[in-house]
Amino acid sequence: MDNFFDVFNMGLLQNTLRSATPVILAAMGGLMTEHAGIMNIGMEGMILMGAFVAVAFSFTLSSAAMGVLMAVLIGILVGLFFALLVVKLKSDEFIIGMALNTFAAGLTVYLLRSIFGVKGTFSDKGIVSLPTVHLEFLDKIPFLGPLLNDNSIFVYITWILVFAAWVFLYRTPYGFWMRAAGEHPESLKTAGISPIKMKFLASVLCGIFCGFAGAHLSLGYLTMFSEGMSNDRGFIAFACVIFGMANPPKVFLAALLFGFLQALGLRLQSVGVPADLTSIIPYVATILMLVYIVVSGERKRKNRVKREIEG
Amino acid sequence: MQEAIVRFDHVSMQFPGVLANDDVSLEIQKGEIFALVGENGAGKSTLMNLLYGIHTPTSGEMYVKGQRIEKYEPSAAIASGIGMVHQHFMLVPSFTVAQNIVMSREPRKAGIFYDLRQAEREVEKLTDEYGLHVDPKAVVGEISVGLQQRVEILKTLYRGADILILDEPTAVLTPQETEELFQVIRRIVAERNMTVIIITHKLYEVMAIADRVGVMRQGRLIGVEKKTNVNERILASMMVGREVLFDQLERKGERGSVLIDVKEAYVADNRGLMAVNGMSFQVHGGEILGIAAIEGNGQSELIEAITGMRPLEKGEIHVQGQSIGGMTPGQVRSLGLAHIPEDRIATGISVQSTITENLIIGKHRQSQFSKKGIHLRQSTIARYGKELFDKFDLRGAGTDTKAGSLSGGNMQKVVVAREFSFDTPILVISQPTRGVDIGAIEFIHHQIMEKRNQGCGILLVSADLDEVLRLSDRVITIYEGRITKEFQAGAIDKMEISYYMTGNREKEGRGDA
Repeated sequence: MDNFFDVFNMGLLQNTLRSATPVILAAMGGLMTEHAGIMNIGMEGMILMGAFVAVAFSFTLSSAAMGVLMAVLIGILVGLFFALLVVKLKSDEFIIGMALNTFAAGLTVYLLRSIFGVKGTFSDKGIVSLPTVHLEFLDKIPFLGPLLNDNSIFVYITWILVFAAWVFLYRTPYGFWMRAAGEHPESLKTAGISPIKMKFLASVLCGIFCGFAGAHLSLGYLTMFSEGMSNDRGFIAFACVIFGMANPPKVFLAALLFGFLQALGLRLQSVGVPADLTSIIPYVATILMLVYIVVSGERKRKNRVKREIEG
Repeated sequence: MQEAIVRFDHVSMQFPGVLANDDVSLEIQKGEIFALVGENGAGKSTLMNLLYGIHTPTSGEMYVKGQRIEKYEPSAAIASGIGMVHQHFMLVPSFTVAQNIVMSREPRKAGIFYDLRQAEREVEKLTDEYGLHVDPKAVVGEISVGLQQRVEILKTLYRGADILILDEPTAVLTPQETEELFQVIRRIVAERNMTVIIITHKLYEVMAIADRVGVMRQGRLIGVEKKTNVNERILASMMVGREVLFDQLERKGERGSVLIDVKEAYVADNRGLMAVNGMSFQVHGGEILGIAAIEGNGQSELIEAITGMRPLEKGEIHVQGQSIGGMTPGQVRSLGLAHIPEDRIATGISVQSTITENLIIGKHRQSQFSKKGIHLRQSTIARYGKELFDKFDLRGAGTDTKAGSLSGGNMQKVVVAREFSFDTPILVISQPTRGVDIGAIEFIHHQIMEKRNQGCGILLVSADLDEVLRLSDRVITIYEGRITKEFQAGAIDKMEISYYMTGNREKEGRGDA
């Protein structure tokens, strides 16, 4: 039993932040497309491509910044491509999202082998990772200080981006237009603004966020690229978008929760729980949460009905 | 004569398979109220959508204030002072009134941020200026349809429109709301010298509000007249192309036994809010019970509960003496009930299936149409389809045409033909003539009355108050899921009924507002 309580320590919370960050980033992208009325399950592929491109350019140009920049660039291109197929050519968003994921998985494996000549994982001293940030003032704060300090730079950027996403959606005209494009596109069109353009914008923003997520994954969280390293984070991000009702702070909290569960899984391994069991925790949690949303919605409905009849 | 504010010069619009506008030339003068009438599909809305830049005409030119329209885009139309209130409101339900009104012209802070307070202040100023009051902070999805329409009008005024197009503005309004709207229109025309174009198919409204009227039929502009030179009868024959006689419908037979018995019924809507709040009524054989209510007052949920499409939360519904609690729609139908649903595309027909297939849905298991319910007898089905097709005069298509390609009127006829051919003692009919042209309305009304005279018990729901009054033996008014009053046919005053439709349980003196 002593061992069991060892699980809950500072490392667990630090891991929570670290493993939540890529999910938060991707989810911020996913909530943009969600608001614009696009069902986007292609985030998984977008992250994976971002992760690969970041490593590839960090290695060849010996610059982490160039890696991130190129990951974002590829995110923009993929976002444009996705919007072209889904918004402009009106293909089925589910199929295109699925195809994007499969394509990204295949493409990165192919490029990994043809460019770097390795199978599975590419790890090299030449890959420049993203810096960690040390903030002096945090040293003085007990507990929170060490928890929040010395993280990879993207952990901090992510917090800023969550706030920026909220400001964009609820405090700028563009955010209102994007939400209108999803909720009632005709009203936006008759106001003289193209809903198609707003959907393109949402898709490109999603690409950018997923590019960040991928770059953080391969240059911040780890310093390597391995096949399929997005490891379903795109789908978990999608679940967070739904769970957080596409509201940036709520989605942020949902993603933190998943990060916590993932970190918990890792910690449990260290006390002897089989990895096969611990690695399913986030997925089981996803299912339970979605079930909870449906069940609690239904219960609320029933209670309200009952109250109304009696009241 | 001054130069026309809007001029159509030989405008045609060709959609795939349909010539929606055929060589239309028309001039509209500044400061007039111009009504554009015609049956559904006559091309009125298309013509106005061209003016608003939603489509680009196939040929012809259009001029606004003397300027030729170069680019057919809503933003260009808005810039030239045109505002349009569409039949289906162009409002974002989750946004507030102010946010909807200023959309695309939001006041900003520091160039990129939305100044939400300023938007509310500007909208408040606008509502004061025009006397069109509505709370800028209210969420649009939670206000009444009449207020939503007001928001639409304010939206066009905010953008500086001086030419206002209203597409079927009264379709969703009560008689009082319609009267209020007309007063608003008269006021903005008189005080602001605005030009208003109103699309409608209600001829008494034309007579009430318009200065001039243009009649459209099958894409062509048949004629333009001063209101003072025409009457409703002349306009109707211009619209249809022949004399239209709304003859008296003959009523025969005795009232029979109770066929539908609704006791203290409670039904929830999709959001779980109570839509039907303890309603009780009965429908007898040989009578038509009409429900008069403004859309969204629980009538849809009530009908769905009676036909087994929606669960009953509390209370009881008996059909032919049997409780239908827990029954599927199919089981309810087998008790002797046929149902014409309100939304023909969603629940009335299968758009992917042929007319014949749609006509036999529900009968396809009968032995005359299929062997042991598996192998369909195609030739019998084809013959049966042709028979019904002819009887119901489904012009303009073959029996193998996909139902989805039919006009609204013909689609409705397919639904009516199928449901009436079940020969059930009970008919539940929702919006039988929505979007149907005058000729087809007459036909459907006669069919309904014939069923009544044969002894059927009919429950009728319609958003068209005239229709309810014309057909019903009794009328109940519903407001917020409760019955507010019952009327006997013959003794119904239209103004009075609309008081009860808007929740007034006691008749109140009518103000001048």
